[in-house]
Amino acid sequence: MSGGNAVELSGVTKIFGEVTALDNISLEIGDGEFFSLLGPSGCGKTTSLRLIAGFEMPTAGEVLIGGRAMGHIPPYQRPVNTVFQNYALFPHMTVHENVAFGLEMQHISRQDIRQQVGEALEMVRLPGMEKRRPKQLSGGQQQRVALARALVNRPKVLLLDEPLGALDLKLRKAMQLELKMLQDKVGITFIYVTHDQEEALTMSDRIAVMDHGLVLQVGTPHEIYERPATRFVADFIGETNLIPGEIVAINREVAEVELARGIRLKAPMVPGATVGRSVTLAVRPERISLAAAPGPEGMNLIEASVFEVVYNGATTSILLRLESGIVLTVRQPNIAFAVEPSDLREQRVRLVWPIEASSLFMEKTPVEQGKA
Amino acid sequence: MTGSDDKSGRRGPLLVLPAAAYLMIFFVLPLIIVLVISFVERGRAGGVRSPLAPTIQYYIRLVDPLYVGIFFKSARIALLVTGVCVLLGYPLAVFIGRSPPRLRSPLLMLVMIPFWTNFLVRTYAMKQLLGAEGGINGLLLWLGLIHSPLSLIFNEFSVVLGLVYGYFPFAVLPMYASIEKFDLTLMEAASDLGANLRRAFLQVMLPLTFPGVLAAIVLVFVPVVGAFITPDIMGGGKVEMIGTLINRQFGVARNWPFGSAMSLALMVMVVAGVLYYLRSSEEKERPI
Amino acid sequence: MRATRGASLATGGLALRLGKATLALNAFALFAFLYVPILILIIFSFNDTRTVARLTGLSLEWYTKLIHNRDLLAAARNSLLIALSSTIVSTILGTLTALGMDRFRFRLRSAFDAVLYLPIVIPEIVMGISLLLFFNLAFFPVIELASGAKLTLGLPTILISHIAFNIPFVYVVVRARLVGFDRTMEEAARDLGANEWRTFWRVTFPILLPGILGGALLAFTLSLDDYLVTVFTAGTASPTMPLYIYSLVRKGVTPEINALSTVLLLASMGLVVLSLAAQRRE
Repeated sequence: MSGGNAVELSGVTKIFGEVTALDNISLEIGDGEFFSLLGPSGCGKTTSLRLIAGFEMPTAGEVLIGGRAMGHIPPYQRPVNTVFQNYALFPHMTVHENVAFGLEMQHISRQDIRQQVGEALEMVRLPGMEKRRPKQLSGGQQQRVALARALVNRPKVLLLDEPLGALDLKLRKAMQLELKMLQDKVGITFIYVTHDQEEALTMSDRIAVMDHGLVLQVGTPHEIYERPATRFVADFIGETNLIPGEIVAINREVAEVELARGIRLKAPMVPGATVGRSVTLAVRPERISLAAAPGPEGMNLIEASVFEVVYNGATTSILLRLESGIVLTVRQPNIAFAVEPSDLREQRVRLVWPIEASSLFMEKTPVEQGKA
Repeated sequence: MTGSDDKSGRRGPLLVLPAAAYLMIFFVLPLIIVLVISFVERGRAGGVRSPLAPTIQYYIRLVDPLYVGIFFKSARIALLVTGVCVLLGYPLAVFIGRSPPRLRSPLLMLVMIPFWTNFLVRTYAMKQLLGAEGGINGLLLWLGLIHSPLSLIFNEFSVVLGLVYGYFPFAVLPMYASIEKFDLTLMEAASDLGANLRRAFLQVMLPLTFPGVLAAIVLVFVPVVGAFITPDIMGGGKVEMIGTLINRQFGVARNWPFGSAMSLALMVMVVAGVLYYLRSSEEKERPI
Repeated sequence: MRATRGASLATGGLALRLGKATLALNAFALFAFLYVPILILIIFSFNDTRTVARLTGLSLEWYTKLIHNRDLLAAARNSLLIALSSTIVSTILGTLTALGMDRFRFRLRSAFDAVLYLPIVIPEIVMGISLLLFFNLAFFPVIELASGAKLTLGLPTILISHIAFNIPFVYVVVRARLVGFDRTMEEAARDLGANEWRTFWRVTFPILLPGILGGALLAFTLSLDDYLVTVFTAGTASPTMPLYIYSLVRKGVTPEINALSTVLLLASMGLVVLSLAAQRRE
């Protein structure tokens, strides 16, 4: 990454009483990156953000901003600003006073403040709202004020704690794109906390997936989605079919997994896989197709019976049951669907997907053991 | 998160120290003195005997049927007043809570005004109404229904009426606070599930608004059981309650130790009641 | 099944309407109970004879008498003086305490919490006599030993006592406000570069202000109205307003008291309006 690291967490642990919120995590976030911390609630993503902002101090390890160790530097002396989940706009101040607050703290002249506040409000497309109070604004407008209030200080890093969580779906989608474009424009490093995997995939340059105080995987959205490092990541990001089985043969780069009596699927080898291990084979619903005839070499093939067909507009989901009882989902784009979905019901069909679309996870990987 | 709480460990006590010191000297210490005085003999001309002479005679005197009777009477009056205030106040609170939002704050204000009005002034208003020359007798005489004034005042009835009048707003306000928070669609849900109005009230609304009722009970019972002003003015010296009894020990009777013993007994009674309330309100709030 | 359901709903509707009528009637009766005595009191303050049984004519005689009553004016001055000073002191101490108790964990904290609630709970008369005993048997003797000054009960002892019972009330009101206080407001301020001092004065204090004013208003009213604690700590000094009124009320019923009561009533209504206005400003 050119330009060095904007933020670095090195071996950071945070313990609240008896709860370990962060367990020895290390992250490097590059200059100008849009970096997301993604995970379910309680995974430690917000705690990480609060450590960077300076609201909490690490129990062990170090937080570096712009290469400088933060130690016990209080929040008001750190070159970062935060957009809070509930916006935390000061209710007793107008929009102008809210946005001007940070500049006032830096003792900037009144004239400059007026100009910069105006520019910031323009940037978030809220000009002319200076005199309003936060209560008189809609949720989306409050969100923009919070953004302007943080960005006006030109921080090295902007921390965003689920800033879109309180907005309705449509507004959220629009704001996602707007935030992304804004970040391109200002060139500031964004660290974005969210539990919404779709949001993280849409906006981020890189994502850290967290669970139970651990970082499970760091990578681009593409890497995370296509090559999930753990079963948890595979399950948490997008939709996944998880098929349990046991490795029965290994030929160079391909492992063969038996589900039940003679039914076998193939998947690319992963380190640590040995014959006889219990594994889970994961495959995305959109990678599976319904086939009339057996596919060419290099494809997995399995029979299943359809028990439900759900029309979703852009796609159709087909729910199937394997002989072993495992339920699979197949998603087909509604481009040119050959058969009427209703005709499929109760049918026995063949499913095929490329071997490299499968991922293998050991049951009880070291990471999962660590969290148990 | 409470992560930013107490970094120095010294600032909290520093903020609290002035008030803590003040209350130690001017509230806790005086109570300790009451405790001590209740165990020493009185002086011949009031005050306490010098040098101090320990005794428990005042506590023995407390269980004299005469005084036990007054304690019981005070408790009985307080229970009666509390019951009347809560039973009449709850429906009033419901009425205010269910009236259209536009009317709600004026109605609430009608309860607030007496609450903020000088207690003496209101007690006096009631005394005037009931007195021999007061409004009720005046009206009855003018109507020719009676020929000489009825004695409506200076009896237990007038004291109870005065206390209800004085403490009624204390009962309405906390119950209103609970009822306002109560979600009326829960009543609809109950009736949808087949409960009639009575059952829906008893099984849904009352349990959920009970914290307000408990608060009302405490806010009325505690001051009433130790009341002095109302029994003194509305009872005219003819209705004895604990408050008037204690007052007499520090006035004409000049028996500070006995008055102290009585005060402690009253305090124990009240504090025990409040502790009981705190415990039961904790239990009540758990399922919510 | 469906039919009986419908029937029971219909009767439920009737019961509901009956219930509403009963509620309205109950409310009307109670408001009458609360206000008729007060209205009669006000009406007779304008009577032109000394009787409070029949309205004989209208006059402002009793109000003009009030203005010329030196004892009354002195009592009013004492009351205001004590109420104002005890409000200022107790508001500062109570607010500091609320902040300290809300923000910090320290030893003896829960014990002190109990001490803070006790003055609200214990009967006023007990507080009154405890202060009487304290001043006479401990405070004055200690002062005399230390400085040789011979003190007696009077306005200073009333003031000391009022501060003592007001601190907990201010504390409770401000603490309630702090419970609803969103701490991320302070984090936001610190995040934007404000140190703790500036965070307090620019963010915490303005947001708490309505609670502090509410507590101050309550303290002011309690002090202005207090009779019991005052009567035990006043000694033979010139009385406060409630003491003055009490002596009149015990003697009997006169239109002068009615006039005085009417004035006080208007004053407390003003305070109610003031507090509601303060709430609305939020």
